[in-house]
Amino acid sequence: MKRKTDKSPAGAGMHVTRRTFATGVAAGAIVAGISPFNILRAQGGALKVGVLLPRSGAQAGIGQDCQRGVDIAPGILKGLGLPNLQIMNGDTETNVEVARARAERLIAEGAQLLIGAFDSGQSTAIAQVAEQKGIPFVINIAAAPPITEQGYKFVFRNFPTAPMILGDAFANQKEVFEATGVAPKSVVFMHVNDTFGTAMKNGIGAVMPRFNMPYKIAETIAYDPTARDLSIEVAKAKASGAEALLMVSRLNDAILITRELVKQRWSPMAVLSMGPGWYEDQYLKTLGRLSDGPMSFVPWYDPNKALSKKLEAALAKAYPAINLNTNHIYTFEALLIAADAYKRAGSTDPKALADAIRKTDIKDNVSPGPGIQFNAKGQNDKMKNSAIQNRSGKLVTIAPKTASNAKPELPMKPYDKRG
Amino acid sequence: MPAEIYLNVAISGLLTGLVYGLMALGLSVIFGVVRVVNFAHGEMMTIAMYLAVFLFAAFKLDPLLMLVPISMALFALGYAMQAGLINPFINRPEHSQFILLVAVAIIMVNVLLIVYGPDAKSVQTTYSFDSFQIGPFIVDATKAYAGAAAIAVALALFAFFRFSRIGKAIRACADCYTGALVVGLDVKRLYALTFGIGAACVGAAGSIMVILVDVTPPLGPAYTLLAFVIVIVGGLGSMPGALLGGVLIGLTEALAGLFFTPSAKSMFAFGILVLVLLFRPQGIVGKKQT
Repeated sequence: MKRKTDKSPAGAGMHVTRRTFATGVAAGAIVAGISPFNILRAQGGALKVGVLLPRSGAQAGIGQDCQRGVDIAPGILKGLGLPNLQIMNGDTETNVEVARARAERLIAEGAQLLIGAFDSGQSTAIAQVAEQKGIPFVINIAAAPPITEQGYKFVFRNFPTAPMILGDAFANQKEVFEATGVAPKSVVFMHVNDTFGTAMKNGIGAVMPRFNMPYKIAETIAYDPTARDLSIEVAKAKASGAEALLMVSRLNDAILITRELVKQRWSPMAVLSMGPGWYEDQYLKTLGRLSDGPMSFVPWYDPNKALSKKLEAALAKAYPAINLNTNHIYTFEALLIAADAYKRAGSTDPKALADAIRKTDIKDNVSPGPGIQFNAKGQNDKMKNSAIQNRSGKLVTIAPKTASNAKPELPMKPYDKRG
Repeated sequence: MPAEIYLNVAISGLLTGLVYGLMALGLSVIFGVVRVVNFAHGEMMTIAMYLAVFLFAAFKLDPLLMLVPISMALFALGYAMQAGLINPFINRPEHSQFILLVAVAIIMVNVLLIVYGPDAKSVQTTYSFDSFQIGPFIVDATKAYAGAAAIAVALALFAFFRFSRIGKAIRACADCYTGALVVGLDVKRLYALTFGIGAACVGAAGSIMVILVDVTPPLGPAYTLLAFVIVIVGGLGSMPGALLGGVLIGLTEALAGLFFTPSAKSMFAFGILVLVLLFRPQGIVGKKQT
């Protein structure tokens, strides 16, 4: 019995055995692998991006907030004509060792680029894995300087280092003091004793003398970021007699400290924060009117940039009750960098992606400053920081003048006079 | 530093220590009678804290007023755990009991994570931000209420074991297992009751603790460890020892944080544990085993 195919002219004289079929497939695979069309084929698919965040543990709230930056990204990136990203989620559990293990697992599961991880300790561990495996890693948020001082070829950071944050923080503080005509003479410096907090503490010692600040640090108090009770720390701070609080904290401890300030009947002239916590939505919602007043000197966004308005609108649509903040902005920008590099590299090859990231030059971005570029160490060293203040459950930008939308209010309204 | 700061901090440490003591009291009661170490103790306290959070969020019920219903709920949980799960393990090797209760603890943490997620939950009562000013001293109102509630619950527990028939029967079981069987006591039921009472105790501690600290599922293991430190310092199986240990650890953490550095306050609590283990292994008020 003859097969129908045997009658066709194309099939005439052709006998396909299993062996010839297998040989053909193998040859095809080799040709596809070395062909220049490989680039086009890769571009057709989405880049697999492993997003490592502390989705549980002590930093869970912040990790989940960063995730919102991931959630709103696809529509905006598409609008910018950038290729699709396939997001692979990883939870660091707010633990350095887990972060390292999750990074290895994501790479094993096919992640072609990593993003994360909010925390300096966790980001350091992921950076080591990324460098070892030769997979590009774009840090969304982490300020410890050593991460980009190791000579890594696959690690990039679009976030200011602790000295950059501090330099801008002191400059913006002076701008605020000049604008209001009010300045504290002494502060007590309270900081978390994790990698970020310690880096900031060391940075303050190195950077502050250059700025001739109007205040002196009366006392420095380090505390555990997972502490459940900060009454002793606040009692000690109050006893120092300082006029204001200089803070490097996280979210839960910022809430605990505010509660203790109220209970211990101490209203400092100002809360000057140089880290997360005090501007976050959970802080604003949990404390209501008691959340008003603190100033945060942080990596923020330029409200006057076009992409900032798009990001604000996208977040307002997806999460109407959430204010745009550092977590969303820098996680979004990390994805922007990945998509932009993938478009230019035209390949998922890790080295090609890393080379493309190194040559990044994005002018249409969200964070303050001239845009996103990386130096030879993989650090965006041109970015600027802002000063923001909590006002009636919202956040306003008070400095620098070029990227502000409100005037600063100082001194802070005492806690016992808020009704 | 002004002198009143030291006293303020000492009062704060004392009040927190009383709640720690109440939490450890449950662990001590269970071990003293059933001779099973409850490695799910802190996790049971977080369950009580979440119950308080739920009742407050849904019905605006003050956790201190809900202390009795929450304790009853935890009593039921403890009774069921002992009767259905732990009793078959009573005569098995200690490592079997250890693994069983560690497994129970892990299940509890994960169920809480699934139900409530990893975010910290808090209860903001009308007195959450209140404090009492007495001359130069400032006393945190929530800690004052919490300390008073802890004392009341501890006194009720002491009275129960001293004066009630069931309390006396439980003490008899603790003193001599064989003797209790000989005189016709239903030891297994009494064990289940004891585990229930220990769980009720930690339930009360949870409803008090939730007005002091925010609750997250991973808090459980931390409190289990803390309860162990306290009962070992006070004396494993000793009820007054648990309260004393709680107060001692609370005071030590508070004063060490003030005199040295706050971030190292736990180090001093563990330092006391090491000293007790070295020089008085039976605990401060514990009896030497003969």
